[in-house]
Amino acid sequence: MREEIIVRVGAKVLAPFIIMFALYVHFHGDYSPGGGFQAGVILAAAFALLALVYGLEEVQRVLPPWFVRGCAALGVVIFAGVGVVTMLLGHNYLAYNALAPDPTHPEHGQHYGILLVELGVLVTVFGVMATVFYLFAGRKGQAP
Amino acid sequence: MTLDLLLTHYNYWVVIFLMMVGFYILISRGNLIKKIVGLNVFQTSVFMLYISLGKVTEGTPPILVDGYGDADVVYSNPLPHVLILTAIVVGIATTSVGLALAVRIKEAYGTLEEDEITGIEAGIEPAGEAAG
Amino acid sequence: MLLTLLAATGFALLRIRNLFAVVMLAGVYSLLSAGLFTVMDAVDVAFTEAAVGAGISTVLFLGALALCGHHESKPGHTPLLPLFVVCLTGAALVYGTMDMPGFGEASNPVHHHVADHYLEESYGEIGIPNVVTSVLASYRGYDTMGETTVVFAAAVGVLILLVGGARARRARGGGEG
Repeated sequence: MREEIIVRVGAKVLAPFIIMFALYVHFHGDYSPGGGFQAGVILAAAFALLALVYGLEEVQRVLPPWFVRGCAALGVVIFAGVGVVTMLLGHNYLAYNALAPDPTHPEHGQHYGILLVELGVLVTVFGVMATVFYLFAGRKGQAP
Repeated sequence: MTLDLLLTHYNYWVVIFLMMVGFYILISRGNLIKKIVGLNVFQTSVFMLYISLGKVTEGTPPILVDGYGDADVVYSNPLPHVLILTAIVVGIATTSVGLALAVRIKEAYGTLEEDEITGIEAGIEPAGEAAG
Repeated sequence: MLLTLLAATGFALLRIRNLFAVVMLAGVYSLLSAGLFTVMDAVDVAFTEAAVGAGISTVLFLGALALCGHHESKPGHTPLLPLFVVCLTGAALVYGTMDMPGFGEASNPVHHHVADHYLEESYGEIGIPNVVTSVLASYRGYDTMGETTVVFAAAVGVLILLVGGARARRARGGGEG
């Protein structure tokens, strides 16, 4: 597929928009359909598209396998870490009201909490999908 | 009465049909990848059952219009949506584990057909005893 | 209408023996079900299904097929016994649906356990319009954290299976690959 100029240019043009769209889906998830799960999958799909068109090595130069594996673990740490932070602030585990900057409006904390937690989900899902894709695509085929 | 039943339960029945298609693929086909596809069909049918339960006639998606739970706006039930949302992503993750297992089995045995794998297993064991 | 299309796709999935076509049909099936979810007001779910089912999962299946070859051999034994089991189970399930409340009625019990609270109170308590997001991340935060961990654990499983195996083979001396 590497000689197809339309596919190459098309992928190059589309990929940034797909990545932007993933971020939009994540940060706008409070108001419209979307959230961390979808954004992570879309982000991974953008890199999968690039890898399919330009070859796995090119993408792995930008996004090395150790990095995506780290992402997969980091996301869980972010999620659990938010819980620990709310505990340190004197509330229950994952009670986001603790995160409010102004104690008279505890529901503001929910915004920060949800955004951070969804960020954890995004990072994990992206890391996992990219890791799995790398493993399947990078394996030397022994197909008959 | 019968027509009424058909109209109100059509969703459930199609879901059951799809579930049974998935189940049939799972138990009657020998190829492991085909089995995983069958498992996916089965899984999606369960998702559809949940979403069917959450639907309210003339409801809108559960995104609040003016901020408050208005009495004259009917929303569909958000709870099944949440459950299925996470289930889909977990489903693809477990599917990828299944595919990884299939790839490893293919490398170890050179085939993905259940019958052939059983045959190879049966053929290998006496040879192993002879060598040991 | 969509449901009927879905049923037809499911049936085609059953019949076709070329696995490449099966994977493509599975993508079509996912996209159709995403459309169905939209019709049934589950926009978030439809979004996820379209991204996951028609996007990533097709790519993963294709990757696995590239490693495994794409022909399925003819099933060896007669399909009568599985068919019988499937028909029996299906009949039992259809019998079970007879007692279920009709599709889409607002008085169904499923809508009046905690869903009312989520719809009426969540704007005051959480302050964001998308109820699905607020239930997902706040009311059911533990649940979602568990799901995230499961996804992570699945990645670890794939890593062990596909990377660990290669390393073990190399350690055994050369290996067969």
